[in-house]
Amino acid sequence: MTERELKKKQAPSKTETVETQTEDTNQANEKAEALKAEMDDLLDEIDEVLEDNAEEFVRNYVQKGGQ
Amino acid sequence: MAVPKIFGIETEYGIQGVEGGETNPVVGSSLLINAYTYELHNRVGWDFEDETPGNDARGFGQPGSLPPEIETHLVNTVLTNGGRYYVDHAHPEYSSPECASASEAVLYDRAGEMVLLRSIRAARKAFGEQGNLAVYKNNSDHKGNSYGCHENYLMDREVPFAKIAQLVTAHLVTRIVFTGAGKVGTEVGPGRSTSGTQVEYQISQRAEFFEEEQGLETTLKRPIVNTRDEPHADPRRYRRLHIICGDANMSEVATFLKLGTTGLILSMIEDGWLDKSGLVLKTPVVDFHELSRDLTLGKTLELDNGRKLSAIEIQWELYRIAEKYVHENGFESVGESVRGPELMERWCQALHDLEVDFNRCKTTIDWVAKLGLIQAYRDRHGLGWESARLVALDLQYHDVRPEKSLFGRLKLDKMVEESQVEHAVVEPPTTTRAYFRGKCLQKWADQIVTANWDSVVFDLGAEPLKRIPTMDPLRGTYLHVGKLIEECTTPAELLDKLSSKD
Repeated sequence: MTERELKKKQAPSKTETVETQTEDTNQANEKAEALKAEMDDLLDEIDEVLEDNAEEFVRNYVQKGGQ
Repeated sequence: MAVPKIFGIETEYGIQGVEGGETNPVVGSSLLINAYTYELHNRVGWDFEDETPGNDARGFGQPGSLPPEIETHLVNTVLTNGGRYYVDHAHPEYSSPECASASEAVLYDRAGEMVLLRSIRAARKAFGEQGNLAVYKNNSDHKGNSYGCHENYLMDREVPFAKIAQLVTAHLVTRIVFTGAGKVGTEVGPGRSTSGTQVEYQISQRAEFFEEEQGLETTLKRPIVNTRDEPHADPRRYRRLHIICGDANMSEVATFLKLGTTGLILSMIEDGWLDKSGLVLKTPVVDFHELSRDLTLGKTLELDNGRKLSAIEIQWELYRIAEKYVHENGFESVGESVRGPELMERWCQALHDLEVDFNRCKTTIDWVAKLGLIQAYRDRHGLGWESARLVALDLQYHDVRPEKSLFGRLKLDKMVEESQVEHAVVEPPTTTRAYFRGKCLQKWADQIVTANWDSVVFDLGAEPLKRIPTMDPLRGTYLHVGKLIEECTTPAELLDKLSSKD
């Protein structure tokens, strides 16, 4: 794909109607909410798997320098 | 004409004893490798006879530079996939077999992760509590100690090294916009960027550890372009460019971009396509450090000819030259007859998305994915950037164990199937000399004394040891020796037939 094609694909034409834009906004909002919910679930999960004592875990992680 | 690049990727993993596990990293690394090879019952050692890491590609020793440290080769083994698995310094290291394309190298890099994961499980089984080990595919311990992920590219000996070094540096510095693995804070200097603000997050794990433009060292005063001249192939025809300044990537797409774009740029250098590009940075070391700390991606870098461009603008210029290059020459030199167009598309997409809003790259680029996670976690818990929990998140992003890996939970784009990775753990690539090495090991491990990149040594009993040289990385492929190895029942038969064939 050329750079120009990519930009064309991603940039909606200016002639689109306001209605479609509102629809798009609603869809975008729904999508954003879904993403937020997904991130919330993920953060719940991370609270469970994150090493218990973060400070100690980080302090103990000392490596010898390599290449 | 550019030679086939032949790709290799080597990763030193971070290692940590957990829940009463071994705390000495050298012993811990040995436990991993021994447990893994014990389970396989076909351990063959590595041969160091032809290794010359002290040779300098510039033909001289840098004044004031030290020869590379003698490596601590405690445990070394050759895998049936043609790769090498060993203790290097105080880390377990996996070197992929020679791969014919960037996408194949992505697969064998992922196979390395699986080798480490299986080692962790085997060590637990074999050594009990002492074998409780965690392994991280990252490049820093957040305390100033760094370990590497090196790339190797086969190149034409006729191209002067000075030219390669001059023309590849701008790419090596600016590619971190898509190859950076992300890091909380800084470990070098006072913790402040030149603008005087606190460094909260960096694009690259590795960049700030680089102090020189060129040099032979890999552990001290690290250079952006490493001058080690150790081709592991016929030195009259080939060189192996050994790149040490990249981050280890969890994202398959990032590994693909790292290897694919660099392979293409090296081909373009060989074919004289960058001679007039003017893409030579005036102060690459400073740029490397500052770019890593610039999350606006807007910082401009000065070129030798006085032009000032951002990292993304430099990448766009390289991309446009590459577009013309592949239009004329195809993807042959980087072995991407199938995934070449995908490489260009992903490169273009990444630059475009980084320009518009880097958050668009959260399923492809490690530093973006990690930053998104850390920001969300900070928001939820109201944490400041100095919180140890953010560093813990950073480390755990790279944990090889799926039950602990945070990367695994972020669902980044995949390029290879897990079944392919499992296959690649034991089977060699078919279109490089790794095929010969791997297949001989599968069939005759008991009669192989040792092996390395450019030979396999057999012990046939009464006679002296027989060394089969594999000096050409493009020979010893399935097409070349597949049928022969299949037909022979003993290595003696193989040696007979090989000598009559040549």
